[in-house]
Amino acid sequence: MDITRLIIVAVGGQGNLLASKVLGEAALAKGIPVRMSEIHGMAQRGGVVESSMVFGDAQSTIISDGDADVLVGFEPCETLRALKKCSEKTVVITNTSPIPPFTVTTGQGVYPDIDMVKSLIRKKTRELVVVDAAAMAGKAGNPMAVNMVLLGALIKTGVLPLSAEDVRDAIRTKTRKGVVETNLSAFDLGYEAA
Amino acid sequence: MHKLLEDRPGKEMFLLGNEAITRGALEAGVAVATTYPGTPSSEISLNFFDISRQTDLYFEYSTNEKVALEVAAAAANCGLRSMCIMKHVGLNVAADALMTLAYLGVKGGLVIVCADDPFMFSSQNEQDNRFYAKLSGLPMVEPSSVEECRGMVQYAFDLSETLQEPVIFRTTTRINHSTAVVSLGSLSERKTGGNFKKDPFNYVAVPAVSRNLHAKLLKNLTEAEKIAEESPYNRIEGIGDLGIVVSGVSYLYVIDALNELGVRDRFKILRPGFTHPLPKGMIQAFLKGCKKALVVEEGEPYLEEGVKVAAQEGGLTLPINGKRTDLFSRLYEYDPAMVKKVIAGYFDIAAPADHPLDLSEVPNLPVRPPALCPGCSHRATFYVVKKAAGSMEYMCTTDIGCYTLGFFPPLSMGDFLICMGSSFATGCGFSKATDKKVVSFIGDSTFFHSGIPGLINAVFNHHNLTLVILDNGTTAMTGHQPNPGVDMTRLNMTGYGRVSIEAMVRAAGVGYVAKIKPYRIQKSITTVREALEYRGVSVIISEEMCTLYAKSLQKGGSRPFYVSDKCRNHRNCISELACPAFYVEDEKVRINPALCAGCAVCAQICPENAILPVKQE
Repeated sequence: MDITRLIIVAVGGQGNLLASKVLGEAALAKGIPVRMSEIHGMAQRGGVVESSMVFGDAQSTIISDGDADVLVGFEPCETLRALKKCSEKTVVITNTSPIPPFTVTTGQGVYPDIDMVKSLIRKKTRELVVVDAAAMAGKAGNPMAVNMVLLGALIKTGVLPLSAEDVRDAIRTKTRKGVVETNLSAFDLGYEAA
Repeated sequence: MHKLLEDRPGKEMFLLGNEAITRGALEAGVAVATTYPGTPSSEISLNFFDISRQTDLYFEYSTNEKVALEVAAAAANCGLRSMCIMKHVGLNVAADALMTLAYLGVKGGLVIVCADDPFMFSSQNEQDNRFYAKLSGLPMVEPSSVEECRGMVQYAFDLSETLQEPVIFRTTTRINHSTAVVSLGSLSERKTGGNFKKDPFNYVAVPAVSRNLHAKLLKNLTEAEKIAEESPYNRIEGIGDLGIVVSGVSYLYVIDALNELGVRDRFKILRPGFTHPLPKGMIQAFLKGCKKALVVEEGEPYLEEGVKVAAQEGGLTLPINGKRTDLFSRLYEYDPAMVKKVIAGYFDIAAPADHPLDLSEVPNLPVRPPALCPGCSHRATFYVVKKAAGSMEYMCTTDIGCYTLGFFPPLSMGDFLICMGSSFATGCGFSKATDKKVVSFIGDSTFFHSGIPGLINAVFNHHNLTLVILDNGTTAMTGHQPNPGVDMTRLNMTGYGRVSIEAMVRAAGVGYVAKIKPYRIQKSITTVREALEYRGVSVIISEEMCTLYAKSLQKGGSRPFYVSDKCRNHRNCISELACPAFYVEDEKVRINPALCAGCAVCAQICPENAILPVKQE
């Protein structure tokens, strides 16, 4: 079966690992081969969390530069930083709400202009889907559900071999009981927006 | 019930490599598991910790890796299947025990899991622990994938009992921290309640005994090589005349590369999973059918040297290469594209040109380094020591834990670090070799791990330095594991003792000992100043619970702070504390209430007293 490679980048605490777990469980339930790798050594300390997921007949769990079919960025500056993983064929989905790193506060760095981020990614890749995930998560009744909004947008692009219902089922069984309903609404809002 | 205790053979689960290893051990009937936590191995022990509370499996967080191995070695010699888990550098700590344990051997299976970290995602070095197998003479197995872990752990236990030797189960980060679909086997019953049969002339390693035991070890090694020749984990795939010898996670990259290049049929692959001792006969038979061979392995040329030795002894002269400036590096971890490129180049295979994106237009992006958490007590302690030292000329030795991050500016409290427990003893050396004031930092868990001998050394040899013990009541860095100083009743767990750091320090005969509460800035500065002025060994114990840990125990709940209109933009809060809860908006300092832990440290240092607690509604 065809190989699809997905990279998700986020800032520690944004729920990237749960999002990838939901996708993995959805693929397992559907019988699609899936492998994943994550780097989260110091994530709790505000660093970057990256997961790579490979669907289909490949063995490796990591994705080389230029090899991602789809990139999901939970934070716009991190989406741009991960652009090296993309090629001109890559579909990119990004959240637009920035979480400036502390180096911006201390004046050691400058946060990039969001419009520039968007136009640059749009120019270099096949397609850019822009989602204000923070606002939609709030609308869904759970500000922590940024990850679910972005999963919705990701599934809508049709790049992954998973349907919305496949992922909804995994959200129902693999996320905490108390937040399943808001997670599902967040997923649907992201799906409709993309 | 813990998900890894589900007894449904054939069920498929999406498991982390570390979960697959834990599951494999449960299926093998492991009865005793010991560890000192270390990334990337920590989740194995976190799982065992939970499981031990639901079953009769004995698990312990030992004080360090040497202790962990010694405990496991004793249990295994009472006939119990035991597992000892550590990160690669942990085996350096345990090496003294390892080397002679190899002479004594074991009765019940003992598997030593050691997790290497190529690229040093969270380690101080990327040493290749496969050489420990060679150094100790112990058998070693290495999985290539998450799926392989489960069965290979069982194999390692069986092998250990067949040879009556511990077996090293060596992984790398990309095995431990990858997730894949694993099909479960059946759980076996644990044999608990061991029995030790006295046999001092085989168990007490005095010279006369060890001379016999070394001969026994070499005999076992010969036996091990015979088993390696037949091992199902050493296999040859394909029938081509181009050869690749590959072990560990690189095997996955090789398979993907050959498929993508469309040349799988031209290649023959030798994948050793039982990698010490290497199956020399099998390697020679493999090489005989090859025109040319490439060895693919991260780290040092361990496999490459073994393959070359086998070729030489077999009188084979084909080109065999691996580590070479135009081929593979000894540095960092590999990735599929890089392996594909080297294979294509070495074997003259046409590869589709890649068209990397032109990223020259991407501006310099602000870096996002890991930082001490908002409200972290280490930040407060570092600030206090800095202020107490004032204009004094000083240097800081530091140690391994979250507080290592204090070496980043603006705190800049860390000038020298080599390994776990090194801060006190290196501090001793610096204080003798220079006339500078030396301040040595160590966390509570690291103090118990290997800091105590440095403390005793400082007292005995009468060094002049200040030791700061950062006691946050947990092993924070690796995920909040307990340590001997932790009050286990807080976790609703009974049956544990508790060691007082203060009592230990006083018992060592330290001349000046004081405790501080680092959130109380002025009082702490006065105390630390006294300690710094003391000639001889002075110890400060800085006590404040890790904020993340406190939150997980629901002990947090302090009110967040905000910056009021009184702010005159001195920005000491940002430039001296660098707490990530601060941000600047429209040239004004702000505090993110969702991040603020309410430690009030910034409020105490603001020259305008402009930082105030948010009013409760």
